[in-house]
Amino acid sequence: METLDLVWLVPALPLAGFLTLVLLGRRLGEPAAGWLATAAVGGSFLATVVVFFGLLDRPEEDRAFTQTLFEWIPIGGWEVDVGFLADPLSIAMCLFVTGVGTLIHLYSIGYMHGDRDFSKFFLYLNLFVFSMVVLVLGENLLLTFLGWEGVGACSYFLISFWFTDPEKASAGKKAFVTNRIGDWGFMVAMFACFAALGSISYDEILGGAGSLSGTTATLVAACLFVGAIGKSAQFPLYVWLPDAMAGPTPVSALIHAATMVTSGIYLLTRANPIIAEADSWIQPTIAWVGAGTALFAATIAVSQRDIKKVLAYSTVSQLGYMFLAVGVGAYVPAVFHMITHAFFKALLFLGSGSVIHGMHEEQDMTRMGGLRKYMPVTAATFIIGWLAIAGVPPFSGFFSKDEILLYAWAENPALWAVGLVTALLTAFYMSRQVFLVFFGEERFTVEAGTPGHGDHAEVEAHDADTALDTEGAEAEALEEADTAHAPQHDDVHVLHAAPHESPWTMTLPLVALAGLAIVGGAIQLPFTSDLHFLADWLHPVLGENEVHIDVATGTKVGLAVVAVLAGLVGIAVAYAIYLRKVRQPVEPQILAEGWRYDQAISAFMGGPGRAGFEGIAAFDRTVVDGAVNGVAATVRRSGSGLRGLQSGFVRNYALGIAVGSVLLLAYFLVQVTY
Amino acid sequence: MAAVLAAVEPSWYLVLGAALFAIGAVGLLIRRNPLVMFMCIELMPNAVTLTFVTFSRMLDDVAGQTMVVFVFVVAAAEVVVGLGIIVAIMRRRPDATADDLALLKG
Repeated sequence: METLDLVWLVPALPLAGFLTLVLLGRRLGEPAAGWLATAAVGGSFLATVVVFFGLLDRPEEDRAFTQTLFEWIPIGGWEVDVGFLADPLSIAMCLFVTGVGTLIHLYSIGYMHGDRDFSKFFLYLNLFVFSMVVLVLGENLLLTFLGWEGVGACSYFLISFWFTDPEKASAGKKAFVTNRIGDWGFMVAMFACFAALGSISYDEILGGAGSLSGTTATLVAACLFVGAIGKSAQFPLYVWLPDAMAGPTPVSALIHAATMVTSGIYLLTRANPIIAEADSWIQPTIAWVGAGTALFAATIAVSQRDIKKVLAYSTVSQLGYMFLAVGVGAYVPAVFHMITHAFFKALLFLGSGSVIHGMHEEQDMTRMGGLRKYMPVTAATFIIGWLAIAGVPPFSGFFSKDEILLYAWAENPALWAVGLVTALLTAFYMSRQVFLVFFGEERFTVEAGTPGHGDHAEVEAHDADTALDTEGAEAEALEEADTAHAPQHDDVHVLHAAPHESPWTMTLPLVALAGLAIVGGAIQLPFTSDLHFLADWLHPVLGENEVHIDVATGTKVGLAVVAVLAGLVGIAVAYAIYLRKVRQPVEPQILAEGWRYDQAISAFMGGPGRAGFEGIAAFDRTVVDGAVNGVAATVRRSGSGLRGLQSGFVRNYALGIAVGSVLLLAYFLVQVTY
Repeated sequence: MAAVLAAVEPSWYLVLGAALFAIGAVGLLIRRNPLVMFMCIELMPNAVTLTFVTFSRMLDDVAGQTMVVFVFVVAAAEVVVGLGIIVAIMRRRPDATADDLALLKG
């Protein structure tokens, strides 16, 4: 038996975990349910690794393996199979989905500790991983769509996991409804593929893409793009993602940063032969939507106070980078950034979850500060994530972002400029977050007389001793600067217990992800072509559709230096404003409200939109309902007219039958001619 | 005896069948006693059966006689149900007429 035959295990294990938890979840309880779910996803990861090596053993042109499990929908001569396509792209996706997923499952055991619905949470998480793996591995569009809807539904369940809070429940609804718009695009693309090629399996539609007419290819590509912007939270459909932060933090890390939101990128990368056949306006549109979203979301992130909202807008912004890359035909950098982003954004989200946990459910960054003393592991790993996303070499984010910027430059320097400004803003808002949360003065006090956690003594010793960890002289200098400005903040938050470091189940994933965020760049190093591991790996999937650029080495180095400088400028500005306090922070209200985009939608939907819908409702009531009710009323009236005929006198009926028979007989006798 | 039988024309049977059917139909229409009406109803399929057999004989086709078996089965089933209902009604109201049963129309 070949190792590749194990590919069915990758979705089967999370499904088994899900089913077991459905049946036994309550009985298993905490923490057994969590361990079971983690083991299921971990097993899935191991199976993916086995399949990966199986694929690696094959010659490059033979690295696509389809395993058909059974016939799902046979319709005449046409059929849809349930089958899995293991090729370099899907396995690369699966590796980080299940790998990061395992770490997040482990983290959740600590994070969800004491929750009433502990086992239900893991049940949803397993179902999510199953759906995501089906999305990625499905060998046809319909199976991908099944996973696509599955992850959407799980996202809904998990965002509104604490559904007793109306705000959280409605955030889930918002995500679901917004995603439907994207789903519409996906479905139309699927229908168009079937109409044009008579098949929806990737094998046939991607192989037959060359025979598509330009118009059909454009339609399919545009509709897939609509699907992608819905799922991957791009302008104008990004609105659900910031609200999705209402869910528990591991959910934000797993679904809304690392995995589900990347499925749009996956879909477009998968469909690269179709995009290549489409009209020439498609790719620049994708690139500009991506670049615009990247910049737009980055500006919003600058003014957010909620620790998770910053990361949410940051995610939207980073996904914009990936769309930018896809738009310029740079699929490898898109996938590269998708993978590194999965590492460092999951890390940042889990770190923020650890902070929220340690701060007893406080999410407002203006009420934090100086936390690195209370939670050293979280702080150290968060700082690694920060350096990675800010594009500081040699962290992973530097390599992937730099490669996207390079391709953008080769395509259109204007795109590069937008990307560069975004990089600067990214470094700025992430530094702002790190400084507000982990450095500076404490903008909270611990309620006196309350027995805190283990490190309570540390809190009291704080004033006397500042240099607790190894930050050195610089940290001390920062500390002094803070105390000078301390009176600025008058709304001091009162905690009932001191902030505390999280349990090992939460810090271990942080450390693992931090390691990956540091070395993740190694999968695609720019120095020599021997080090383009990811590009070589994905080559069978992308073929000639991957753009090849011709840029002098000097220019490449120059661009990288400019990008790093932009990142450093962002960090320096944030340092000057939020730590040195050289001037008051500028945080315009309009940015804090996300350019009032939500309000604009509400106003539009409440005004003309509502009028339109009421018009449709009126049409429905009068014309559509009128037709249906009219038929019913006619039947009822004629019925009540005919009711008088039912007298109950049997002999009347008999007479009727007799007369009728005679008349019929007479009629036939007249008709029959000899 | 055989001569007498041979003298009987098949059409006589047809006439007899038609007459029986007419008696049954008219009886059903004019009588009000449920039991009598029921007997009239029974008369009609038997008239039809007779016609079937006659034609079967005339056309030398066994299909007509086969049909009779079916009619018997249906008639037997009908008697079981119909007579059961009528007996039940007569027990409760011995002097009920068919028109009184109009109450059942609901």
